[in-house]
Amino acid sequence: MTFVQGLKCRECGQDYPKEPLHVCETCFGPLEVVYDYDRIKKEISREKIAQRAKSLWRYRELLPIDGEPQAGLYSGFTPLIRAHRLGAALGAKELYIKDDSVNHPTFSYKDRVVSVAISKAIEFGFDTVSCASTGNLANSVAAHAAKAGLNCYVFIPEGLEQGKIIGSAIYGPRTIAIQGNYDDVNRLCSEIADKYGWAFVNVNLRPYYAEGAKTHGFEVAEQLGWKLPRHIVVASAGGTILPKIAKAFKELKQVGLIDDSACKIYAAQATGCAPIIQALKKGADLISPVKPNTIASSIAIGNPADGFYVLQAVKESGGWGESVTDEEILDAIKLLARTEGIFTEPAGGTEVAVTRKLIQQGRIPRDESVVISITGNGYKTLEVVAKSVEQPFKIRADLRNFDELYLQLNQPTPGKVAAGEG
Amino acid sequence: MKSPKEKVCERVYLTFPKDLVKEPIVCWLAKKFDIIFNIRGSTVTSEMGLVAIEIEGERGEVEKALQWLRDKGVLVEPIEKNVIE
Repeated sequence: MTFVQGLKCRECGQDYPKEPLHVCETCFGPLEVVYDYDRIKKEISREKIAQRAKSLWRYRELLPIDGEPQAGLYSGFTPLIRAHRLGAALGAKELYIKDDSVNHPTFSYKDRVVSVAISKAIEFGFDTVSCASTGNLANSVAAHAAKAGLNCYVFIPEGLEQGKIIGSAIYGPRTIAIQGNYDDVNRLCSEIADKYGWAFVNVNLRPYYAEGAKTHGFEVAEQLGWKLPRHIVVASAGGTILPKIAKAFKELKQVGLIDDSACKIYAAQATGCAPIIQALKKGADLISPVKPNTIASSIAIGNPADGFYVLQAVKESGGWGESVTDEEILDAIKLLARTEGIFTEPAGGTEVAVTRKLIQQGRIPRDESVVISITGNGYKTLEVVAKSVEQPFKIRADLRNFDELYLQLNQPTPGKVAAGEG
Repeated sequence: MKSPKEKVCERVYLTFPKDLVKEPIVCWLAKKFDIIFNIRGSTVTSEMGLVAIEIEGERGEVEKALQWLRDKGVLVEPIEKNVIE
């Protein structure tokens, strides 16, 4: 049973059928999925959802598929963790981590959007899926394509680090490194999507793909007992997830699953690539492109396609945004790891550091509930933190040697023992 | 090999930085190149301009026009903008 009525242009409102389309033929605006909310309201209930498997598909009425889910049956429903120790460090009384760093199968929020895109690709009858990515998206598309038995092509800019290639290559896609800058890669991928008739997940399937991001918001609400936090902090790159979390909250209210959709949404960016935050602070509606220069490579998008919609969602919610330096991001990655035992990538460090800043500024009151959306896993970006963690102490295989070191490490007045001494 | 005479239709977003907002770039585009274009959407502020445009003509001429825009400092992107995630 489907509740999808079709697609609609977000700019001019023109209607389109349920097809692999992504831009309006008239104004080139992005297309969005339209649902029959009245029918969904009659069908969906908290009880019905509670009986379903713990995956993102438990909200299937609000996702753009017509039949049964075809991919990502174990994706989503990641932990929402009450973060007492991080809360104490940041000065927030009621802090939660929504932990997509353990999303199945490739450890980032991208498993949500890709689950929906691959399901939709199968419904449309595509046999080949594709994406352009430098990391998390490619990992997820390659893994889901392997599980579904689809052909997969991954496009990357030439010169990408080997580590980032392996995380996708292991699943067996064809990986194509494109010579040229990011603009050249974007242009070629648009042409390929147009010519080859593949399911390019974030090009011709984008309206469906992006809907998967709503499940992050649905889960936060359900895991809080069907209510929203007062504040949620989300990293912004291309701008997919933040407006979709806002949409998720509105939809939950519209179909009667929550009573109050008020939640302030905050955008987090790295100072080295903060076009959205710059526009927000200037009060501008348009985003001026920037050249990225940050360690937070998974959110380093200088001209975000959906940046305008991020600004709109933030302003409508009464939220705000902040950016933080690479140093603050590194400190925050370590703080999250050392208080909550969660190892996130720089995008997650950005969210934690921005939350700290917003609390210090008084924008987020210390006694109100806050959710930090952690969107990716630190094990994929070890090189970023490699130099900022303690190096091992070397000793000989002799108990006296360890006794000596232990004493040094536990002196009443802590004196730093040089790494490598034994 | 793509023929420079082949008829093509390119759909792109043009982003004009602040220092080009007061320049009549689109007018020059019409005068300098043998192309037909149709503006589908635009927003211009004192800070920047954003134009969604469809440009038709022979491939060689369209490519020359787009390169001239880039050389002027205009950001030329496919209508999908950034697809690398």
